[in-house]
Amino acid sequence: MDFNTNFILGCSAIGAGLAVIAGIGPGVGQGIAAGHAAAAVGRNPGAKSDVTSTMLLGQAVAETTGLYGLLVAMLLLFVKPLV
Amino acid sequence: MEQGILLSGADNMDFMIHGIFSYEIFGQTVWITTSHVCILIVMLVLMGFALAANRAMKHANEVPGTFQNIVELIVEKLDGMANGVMGKYAVSFRNYIGTIFIFILFSNISGLFTLRAPTADYGTTLALGIITFSVIHFVQFKHNSLKTIWVDMCSPLPPWLPIWFPINVISEIAVPISLSLRLFANVLSGTIMMALIYGLLGWIATIWPAVLHVYFDLFSGAIQTYVFCMLTMTYITNAYPSE
Repeated sequence: MDFNTNFILGCSAIGAGLAVIAGIGPGVGQGIAAGHAAAAVGRNPGAKSDVTSTMLLGQAVAETTGLYGLLVAMLLLFVKPLV
Repeated sequence: MEQGILLSGADNMDFMIHGIFSYEIFGQTVWITTSHVCILIVMLVLMGFALAANRAMKHANEVPGTFQNIVELIVEKLDGMANGVMGKYAVSFRNYIGTIFIFILFSNISGLFTLRAPTADYGTTLALGIITFSVIHFVQFKHNSLKTIWVDMCSPLPPWLPIWFPINVISEIAVPISLSLRLFANVLSGTIMMALIYGLLGWIATIWPAVLHVYFDLFSGAIQTYVFCMLTMTYITNAYPSE
């Protein structure tokens, strides 16, 4: 294994670390969704199950962008497309 | 290989798909992988359950026994979910929705039974996404006139100015890709996380990873199953003409 391969592997690891910064966005978004859901349950406790299922659905959809970042990191670490 | 992550010398960490058997077809090498075997096991379990349920329902009583109760509960819940989202269109689709719900759920939680979850293979989830895509467009072309579809595809602008058409085509193609990638990435992240914990921690990971199994396999798997079915139903309902 020569210098170039090692260099590419190291840069891939840095790139993977940078790619999972994409997790910030979904974190903020899911937090906002959960906060508003909590406020909604507080205002109308009878609708708890509906609010919870809607919140989980919205959070799971909002999670997608973060998962794309995770996928890029996985590809860089395990598939090593650049080596 | 794999020096990138195996610095601590865990040789037993393994979450990749392995080929079992290869054959040549039309000049291409095609592999039978561990995913196929896992899908086969999941399918056999489901078929056994279906046969048992069929037998139980043939001798159904007015006062249901335990197994009959369970089967009726499952069917009732799945039909209720489909009815709640799709309304009057649910009749033609609740069998399909129930089937993919049970299949994806069992695939996701098969990680508990030392299988590698079949939905952590992009081939499986892309197939599911393409089925959804086909159903959406079948419904769309069956129940809408071509003129309506054209107006829809040029939607923010008037239909004689199809500037927006390519962008709408891209957003249609993004539907199966985002559906399948969402399911795939969720299950894969759980699989990799568990493999890292078991591979890198060794004997320290004895009992407490059960908590993580509950989160990654049961909770996350169930949520993603629900989301997949919900989105499928929503897209199909949207493909019907609006009144």
